[in-house]
Amino acid sequence: MLAKRIVGALDIKDGRVVKGIKFRDIRTIDDPVKLSKKYEEQGMDELVFLDIYATNENRGITYDLISRVAENINIPFTVGGGIDSLDKIKKIIRLGADKVFINTYAIINPDIIKKASYEIGSSNLVIAIDAKFNGSYYEVYSNSGEISRNINAVEWAKTVEELGAGEILLTSIDADGTRKGYDYNLIKKVSENVNIPVIASGGAGSPEDFYNAIQSGADACLAGSVFHYGMYTANEIKKYLMERGVNVRI
Amino acid sequence: MIAVIDTQAGNLFNINKIVNGEITRDPYVIERADKIVFPGVGSFSFVMDSIEGIKETIIEKIKSGIPYLGICLGLEVLYDSSEEGPGSGLSILSGSIKKLTKNRVPHIGWDTVELIKDSRLFSGIKNGSYFYFLHSYYAERNDYTVAITDYGNIISSAMQKDNIYAVQFHPEKSGINGIQVLKNFRDLI
Repeated sequence: MLAKRIVGALDIKDGRVVKGIKFRDIRTIDDPVKLSKKYEEQGMDELVFLDIYATNENRGITYDLISRVAENINIPFTVGGGIDSLDKIKKIIRLGADKVFINTYAIINPDIIKKASYEIGSSNLVIAIDAKFNGSYYEVYSNSGEISRNINAVEWAKTVEELGAGEILLTSIDADGTRKGYDYNLIKKVSENVNIPVIASGGAGSPEDFYNAIQSGADACLAGSVFHYGMYTANEIKKYLMERGVNVRI
Repeated sequence: MIAVIDTQAGNLFNINKIVNGEITRDPYVIERADKIVFPGVGSFSFVMDSIEGIKETIIEKIKSGIPYLGICLGLEVLYDSSEEGPGSGLSILSGSIKKLTKNRVPHIGWDTVELIKDSRLFSGIKNGSYFYFLHSYYAERNDYTVAITDYGNIISSAMQKDNIYAVQFHPEKSGINGIQVLKNFRDLI
């Protein structure tokens, strides 16, 4: 039976792992390769690397980091941040990443989803959606949460699925880094409306938050702070989930 | 020497780290190989296009009886065709690769593998172990299926026909169990 996944988020800036709150107030945590290995040993199912300033500073993700991670871990990992061409997508896969996620570039040029899914395969293409509730609907934001797009996140999720995305990485901008719980309503709305897996992101603080995200429809739960600050390990979260009847890999 | 086929997109380094072969798309190197690993990331049509110049060499080598390990798309390309798109596979096995129709597709994540027949590929691995899957298409259960995974559709998660071994999951991403599968293939005599 397919296990629900616990995904560790590693935000990268200048080759180091950092963590912010609500996409701001960035602090340095650790070396990405060292941290990845530790997380693998602690039962992490998957890792996501996000070069957080890549889009806004108009440069690519550090390719060197991708090969170093690939050489050192034996669990899957996804890479994204500032990706704006098919060549970059192919290069990242070629260097050993399992999946690539795109965000801003897919909004500007949705056609890339079709092209990339043909070349690297749908299963390897993740579309990241950063959303914020605007009083009437969840609105899509781009450029690390800086630019509102007047697009409904649920509709956008349906569109990216049609275009060939294999998975959605769904982040609540308001909940990100707060450790006050995921945005369950957002998870529910999106996961009910698509047939591809949804990774919930933003706000995890306790094992119960992971459980609630899964109950809301998430196929995988991403978190950064809880792991970075040593509050819980992936195995501790999974043990909690297993005791409550969730199928996890232990 | 183990030839790890360079499909221009894929997890070649992780695989090669364990099997200690040569990453190549040179037909002369492939001709000299005594084992072949075909890793697969990408779409069926894209991968078949990318191996256009070495397709016949790979087919000949498989038919000569050397051990072949197909990973993910490397399993799918053994067939005549795929519902994923146009193009012919290696036609080592007859039939077509199907699209998954149940649950969420793609099938992404750690899933259990039920061993239904003995295969040296799984020596030292417990029945019901978790492996990492990342795919939307699959081979239906058949005479060569040695392991299955139930995802609404019954997936042939591993197959063996004589010298031909194939897995739908990614051993290079499946932690200790995956490393064991790759070692088992590497150590086949």
